[in-house]
Amino acid sequence: MKARDARLRLAQNTGPLLALGVFVAMFGLFLYEHPRQISVNVLTTASNKAVVLALVAMAQTVPVLTRGLDLSVGSVMTMATCISSVLVNGSPGHIAFGVVVVLLAGLAAGAVNGAIVVIGRIQPIIATLATGAVYFGIALLLRPSPGGDVSEGLSNALTYATFGIPTTFLLLVGVLVFLWLPFRRSIVGRGCYAAGSAEGAAYMSGVAVGRSKIVAYMFAGLLSALAGLLLSLVALSGEASAPQGGAYTLNSIAAVVVGGSSLFGGSGGMVGSVIGAFVLRTIGDLLFVFDAPPLWQPLFEGVILLGAVSLGASRVLRIKNRLELFT
Amino acid sequence: MIAIKSIDKPILIASGFIVVVLAIGSTINTSFISPTYLLQQLQVAAFLGIIASGMMLVILLGQIDLSLPWTVTTGAMMATAVARLGPWGEALAIPAGMLCGLAIGIVNGFGYAWLRIPSMIFTLGTNAVLQGLMVLYTGGFAPQTQATPLMQFIAVQKSVLGVPNALYIWIVVTVVLALMLRTTPFGRYVFAIGNRESAAYLSGVRTRSVIVGCFAVNGVTAALGGVMLTGYSTKAYQGMGDAYLLPAIAAIVLGGTSILGGKGQYIGTVIGVILIVLLQSMLSVMQMPEAGRQIIYGVVIVVMLLVYGRGAKVHS
Amino acid sequence: MNASGLPPFLRMEGVSKHYGGVTALDGVNFACSPASIHAVLGENGAGKSTLIKIIAGAVQPDQGKLLVSEREMKFASPIDAAHEGIACIFQELSLMPDLSIADNICITNPPGRFGIIDGAAQCRRAGQLLQRVGCADLHPLERVKNLPLSRRQMVEIAKALGRNPKLLILDEATSALTAADVEKVYAILRQLRDEGLAILYISHRMHEIKALADTCSVFRNGRHIETFAQGSRSDEEIVRLMIGRELKLIYPAKPQRDAQAKAALEVRGLSWQERLADISLSVGQGEIVGLGGLDGQGQRELLLALYGVLSGVQGCTKIDGVAVEIGGPAQAKALKLGMALIPEDRKTEGLMLPMSIRDNLTIAALSKLTRHGIVDRAREARYVEEAIRSLRIKVDNLDNPVASLSGGNQQKVVIGKWLMTGARIVLLNDPTRGIDVGTKQEIYQLLRKLADAGTAILFYSTDYDELIGMCDRVMILYDGRVARELAAEAINEHNIIAASLNLPEGKRVTAIEAAA
Repeated sequence: MKARDARLRLAQNTGPLLALGVFVAMFGLFLYEHPRQISVNVLTTASNKAVVLALVAMAQTVPVLTRGLDLSVGSVMTMATCISSVLVNGSPGHIAFGVVVVLLAGLAAGAVNGAIVVIGRIQPIIATLATGAVYFGIALLLRPSPGGDVSEGLSNALTYATFGIPTTFLLLVGVLVFLWLPFRRSIVGRGCYAAGSAEGAAYMSGVAVGRSKIVAYMFAGLLSALAGLLLSLVALSGEASAPQGGAYTLNSIAAVVVGGSSLFGGSGGMVGSVIGAFVLRTIGDLLFVFDAPPLWQPLFEGVILLGAVSLGASRVLRIKNRLELFT
Repeated sequence: MIAIKSIDKPILIASGFIVVVLAIGSTINTSFISPTYLLQQLQVAAFLGIIASGMMLVILLGQIDLSLPWTVTTGAMMATAVARLGPWGEALAIPAGMLCGLAIGIVNGFGYAWLRIPSMIFTLGTNAVLQGLMVLYTGGFAPQTQATPLMQFIAVQKSVLGVPNALYIWIVVTVVLALMLRTTPFGRYVFAIGNRESAAYLSGVRTRSVIVGCFAVNGVTAALGGVMLTGYSTKAYQGMGDAYLLPAIAAIVLGGTSILGGKGQYIGTVIGVILIVLLQSMLSVMQMPEAGRQIIYGVVIVVMLLVYGRGAKVHS
Repeated sequence: MNASGLPPFLRMEGVSKHYGGVTALDGVNFACSPASIHAVLGENGAGKSTLIKIIAGAVQPDQGKLLVSEREMKFASPIDAAHEGIACIFQELSLMPDLSIADNICITNPPGRFGIIDGAAQCRRAGQLLQRVGCADLHPLERVKNLPLSRRQMVEIAKALGRNPKLLILDEATSALTAADVEKVYAILRQLRDEGLAILYISHRMHEIKALADTCSVFRNGRHIETFAQGSRSDEEIVRLMIGRELKLIYPAKPQRDAQAKAALEVRGLSWQERLADISLSVGQGEIVGLGGLDGQGQRELLLALYGVLSGVQGCTKIDGVAVEIGGPAQAKALKLGMALIPEDRKTEGLMLPMSIRDNLTIAALSKLTRHGIVDRAREARYVEEAIRSLRIKVDNLDNPVASLSGGNQQKVVIGKWLMTGARIVLLNDPTRGIDVGTKQEIYQLLRKLADAGTAILFYSTDYDELIGMCDRVMILYDGRVARELAAEAINEHNIIAASLNLPEGKRVTAIEAAA
């Protein structure tokens, strides 16, 4: 039975495993070709950049599991960055207060999203598009021009390495282990998968679908805020930049897809999305390391992104009954 | 008591809201409702309207095109590039731009119709590729991005009855597409696919062709919008399409079209576009800072949708 | 009146439910008792589904009382009903395909603490329940979407049993099961009844009801007509109660076949994956050929293959003597003779439910109704009127969404859609499943009329009465091959069953096998 168990689990996780393989290959290549020695500094810089996107991708994962989408993750992140640049400074007590406010703001934003989608019964795409504008507006209110003051102490604590491992990476693993894994095995978490897989059936079976979906969006808000906080610590300032927020939102969706979760809901997980985010980040790093002419970089990134998300096209070749292509 | 069909309710409410916006605007500045100002607003609305009219077809199918921003920009840039190419360049500029849009649309349609990649993610990819291509194109050498006189003519001039040409073009595009939806088999197939693609497929509808067709039209209107924007601002520039994606989707949805597909009318999209343009303009007349504008924009959309965009309760 | 003599577990008093202008249930008084299998019979639209949904808590009644063990109850959601020990197995499965079997079975009350699920305990519980329904070969961690339909229904039953129900409701729950699984389910149900469970059983299959039920209730037009002990009424009487008038299911007469009639559709050596192997058949113009056999032997796949939906199909297809390659439904429709498929699931494959009746009727024939690129409304109106008339579709307003029609009328719209194309080869995938008796009759008449006018009909049915009554020839499939071909007088119950079980010709069929 144990062997069959293992085989089943392997078969059910081919998406993330494939992405992991790709990432390991790419990152290995990156380290190999890097002009400087492989050092903790190199790893830390890479980690800091990647973890912010990874957190946003993790945020996006949970609504996607419920067959929804959160187009406001970039805006919540931006809002968090700006709140952080206003509050996360001064005395340790004040810093702690600021951090709590940032995270609560994320939770609140997520709760509003969840309420509109579940109680208001408005489609997630358009609901979160609209709320994203509101959160971005709040960010602009707080920080009309880039700047602000972010605690250097906290930044130093988090953006370097601990025992040789980038602290941000440890933070990421911590979130996965202490937040995601218990959530995934909880009734509420399973409710998210159930809602995404077959919401009607889940309801008929007595699953508290509404509650799971609201929690999903709150989780997304919380993680987006955490990403924003981290970004402010890395940049030591805040900026309400619409293009940046938009890029994070869209990249989070790409990361979720590359990581093996289905946009139709019901399957996937945060681990895959993290790997997907790392893959996306490493593309840019690889191009830099291979001295790709800077003008060509966006094109390369675009083509690779298109290719990565199109990997799902192999489904078309495998399916022999065309009726199954229609979901 | 006239029975109001469910599809007309959004249009009535959106129209009512337009009246409210006009009223508020006029209290701040009485020239807000002057014919000159309103005509100018309609001219600006025409650009968004043309872009939204193609996107409407894609949304009716139940899909989405996130490559709109760079399709607009690519269409514009390719048009201006062709304009410098030789004696025929100027004449061929606008068709060239629209042809680019057509090609992009066909690729997007292919991604969904043949490869069955969800359009959201595929068009995300094509958007990135287009951006890469344009960066490459403009970065290496001085790009020729000047608008041709013809572009300026169609975008800015008023030839007939003092009505901006752009407005005429919008009206023509909308009427053609609306008639196509209502009276041709193609239009019925679009709704059928948006409502239940498997049933349309099994009924012998050539679903792939219809899907590619809709994305192709969307590409053309996006490029046309880009060309006209170039005329309006006298040059094409990077990122010119970015500001049009979300308002286009919002306008379509506010006009009563379902984001899931299968339901919608063109008159709704027209009203949605006008509403959004007037709302943005009212906010600028109020000298509302950008922050406030974003917040009000978002709140308005949510409130309107809560009134008429709610989905059904999931029972089984 | 009940078979077990015990006080009723569940009672309904004066329950009514309206949907808009339609009355689904009208002042229903109903009771079901423990330790009995209680069958509920009625045509489509009689109110059975609504009755079940109210008992299961999915829908709230407009009027009336629901009493469980003589206590009045108001179920706000299925969770409340589940608390009272009511478990329901619907026709549309309540499983989540992306979740594992164990997750599905223990979806409501999983073992665990503080909201965290104990995976290992869940697996064990699922394993026990799977064993109880005779499916110990299934691994609890397997995803439901990888299971065939019959296995999924067994998982559904296991899930319901896991709730330790006091009342178990089965709504057409055996429709996709293989014969062996059906026997298992019967055995389980009988055992549960002996243990004291109350069981409500909805089915259209008379032989199932005769095999299982202790008590029968007939519903008609939203009213509870009569409840009687099984066996105390004849089939004719029951049918009369169900449709309210005297009606024997009469199959239209079969004309003498001209043996030299041209073959409209001919297939040689058709194979696909492991599901279809070397199938050869032909359907002549004006002929009705039936496909029979046990469920899941490839009948559905054969029809899809002919229609061009499957890719990688080998073999040779000839239409009217000419070899063709059919790449998809659009091409099938465009053939000289025109091919049509009435699909298995009308809600997801046959109709665009939110669209109007008119749009659904015309969607396949739009090219006929188009002039100069525009749909000719006048012509469309004539064709639509003709379809409504000839099929006797009960319609209030052609602009209403087709979802507002009853099941039988919806199926008529699907058929009407294809009639409008003038297709001369019609494939039907179990067209009368879940359809009321009256509409079935009309469909039979229609098919025979079409055949008499020269249409070739290939007709898959899970009901062998239909095969016997309708078909000129019957091909029985077994394991993706043609086990036997029956013609004329050879089409009888005995031969069909024998061939379905792949018994060599001439072998006797025992009573048990015949009852399956």
